Amino acid sequence: MGSAITPPEERVWWKHPLDRVEGTWIVLALLWSLIMFFMMPFWHVYGKQNLSNEAYRISPQKFQAKAQAMVDQYTVRTEVDGQYPVVRPPAGSDVYLIARLWQWWPILELEKDQTYRLHLSSMDWQHGFSLQPSNINIQVHPGYEIVTSVTPNRSGEYGIVCNEFCGIGHHTMVGKLYVTE
Amino acid sequence: MANSAQHRICPSSGLYFDRNAEWLMKANAVAAVVFLLIGGIYGLLVALTRWPAVHLLPADFFYEALTAHGTGILIFWVIFFEIAILYFASSTLLKVRLATPRWAWLGFALMLIGALTTQLVIMRGRSNVMFTSYVPMQAEPGFYLGLIVFAVGALIGCFVFLGTLVVARAERTYEGSVPLVTFGALTACIIAVFTIASGAIILIPTFLWSIGYISYIDPLMYKLIWWGLGHSSQQINVAAHVSVWYAIAAIVFGAKPMSEKVSRMAFLLYILFLQLASAHHLMVEPGISSEWKIFNTSYAMYLAVMASMIHGLTVPGSIEVAQRKKGFNKGLFEWLRKAPWGNPVFSGMFLSLIIFGFLGGISGVVMGVEQINLIIHNTIYVPGHFHATVAVGTTLAFMALTYFLIPTLFRRQLILPTLAKWQPYIFGIGMSILALFMMAAGTLGVSRRHWDMAFSGSALPYEYPGTAYLMMGIVGIGAMIAVVGGAAYILITVGSILFGKRVGEAEKRPAPAAPAAAATLTSYGAAGFAAPGTFALALVFLVSFVAYYFVNWKYLASVWGLS
Repeated sequence: MGSAITPPEERVWWKHPLDRVEGTWIVLALLWSLIMFFMMPFWHVYGKQNLSNEAYRISPQKFQAKAQAMVDQYTVRTEVDGQYPVVRPPAGSDVYLIARLWQWWPILELEKDQTYRLHLSSMDWQHGFSLQPSNINIQVHPGYEIVTSVTPNRSGEYGIVCNEFCGIGHHTMVGKLYVTE
Repeated sequence: MANSAQHRICPSSGLYFDRNAEWLMKANAVAAVVFLLIGGIYGLLVALTRWPAVHLLPADFFYEALTAHGTGILIFWVIFFEIAILYFASSTLLKVRLATPRWAWLGFALMLIGALTTQLVIMRGRSNVMFTSYVPMQAEPGFYLGLIVFAVGALIGCFVFLGTLVVARAERTYEGSVPLVTFGALTACIIAVFTIASGAIILIPTFLWSIGYISYIDPLMYKLIWWGLGHSSQQINVAAHVSVWYAIAAIVFGAKPMSEKVSRMAFLLYILFLQLASAHHLMVEPGISSEWKIFNTSYAMYLAVMASMIHGLTVPGSIEVAQRKKGFNKGLFEWLRKAPWGNPVFSGMFLSLIIFGFLGGISGVVMGVEQINLIIHNTIYVPGHFHATVAVGTTLAFMALTYFLIPTLFRRQLILPTLAKWQPYIFGIGMSILALFMMAAGTLGVSRRHWDMAFSGSALPYEYPGTAYLMMGIVGIGAMIAVVGGAAYILITVGSILFGKRVGEAEKRPAPAAPAAAATLTSYGAAGFAAPGTFALALVFLVSFVAYYFVNWKYLASVWGLS
């Protein structure tokens, strides 16, 4: 008797007519596949959460210099004995966040419903930008600067967890971000 | 042609076993189980650390254990077992001698040396780089070298499989086309060659970088090519365990594929599109365009997802048809109710199929959506997904097949048959709890590959909600149940091979009783559908899939605007 572990009984098995169960299911599966496929371009046009395609190659030193310039200009206060400047750049401006072993630097203070151009890059290994509790996750590479526009929609205090393994101090790599009304 | 000294016919199953192929299958299967044991012990340690109330290991040993758990299970256990499946699907199913057995032994030796090298280097504690070893983080050279040597050995195994197909064709050991299971194994083999080539392209330069011969490896380029190895190796698993589903449907029920054409087309779609899934790991990376992400993450319009949906229907569909022919023809589900749920070969395979589809398949597609990945990337949702696919889908299917191979290939009776009867349920249910609650914790933002969700020692605090801790506690409980199931599998397998009663030539197993109704039954199914019960199950699957898919879009729509 023919089965899946013996050669097909019918020599010209490709002429065996399609069963109705299979035919119907293939049509349903194909339709669903196409719907899922077109959802992604659809969201690029009508959705509000799309990661930008803007990215540059950049050296860690250059990125650090840009972040430092922002910190020098817009720091409003400091936290943790002066280690972390809290920076409040104007709405619509370029804001920089450095990922390095093992901190997110500096602390950004943004305004709700305003849009900022967020720049992310790593000084050393790969890190994972994980904004909590919103749960927005972006991979951060050394040598690459990703630029994405962000529009905070809820005010409050956020944590930035590192969710790409980066060595023994990985679990201490937590940053902070404020969104004000 | 082989004479009788070089092969035997299994008295209980009628299967053909070439002597060389038989020993190679045994060696590969045993090595696989040993690495399952090693990887499983590390998995237990990892689970006991991520269980917040237990938090067993110190940070450095946790990351070492996680690295060893990943390589041990995702590479060594599955690929050793898959080489055994390749030899089974070629030599045994085509009733032919194995091509170049000496090369096959060389391949096995290289795989073993490579796997042990990497394992021992990890145990030195200076290569805590995770399974993925993303640059610029660096492991000791032996870590990469072991993987390269292992891959060369696996590649030799693939070519022995292909050579055996050529020998079978030349010696005309079968009529017409190769069996469907062999075709599925060929799919797995082709994907394996692609996988190993990707691995060589990235790991050889990385090895040279680790000994100081190359100065720089671009981290993005590394990731792109590395996932050609890392994800594609899991696609070998998919092709292999789907083949195992078909094989078990044939072995347990004598099920005939509903249509050879449809099942083979679905395997062909795997060959063409499945490997594009390496893009799933690059959805939130800088420097890659959305067009590239959308095309690749969807396997070119989800054609490989469609292929899996087809297999998910045709495997139980063929079982339903076979059962209805035997007379289990009442209503929609008599065929399923009266299936041999106490036979671990069947129950393991069926749980593998259902959980792979509902938990692993749906979550995989949803988190592979370019935009939805933003709220899932690198959270513990991701290991939730792949424990449903690899630990339940692949591993449980291979466990089920083992229960068939012990009496036929190893010619031993199962020790502890009652435990064996329960084992697939214990392992399958434990792993499902683990997978489901990892996904739940992931949606609450809990990170994967993370030693301490309380962030002790951090300058700036962040606290996860209490529910996240509860979810991770349930993950720990699920893991303990799964460990019991995994330990039972290893105990039964090793115990049966060493101490099981030999299956004698004379002791023929009684043939399964032919059901009375079979002779007279001429039509079955309903409304022109040969397998209406399976179709109903498939519709339940589709509705769950659609609902969960759009729930995630809705959740995405509630987070910060990004553009």
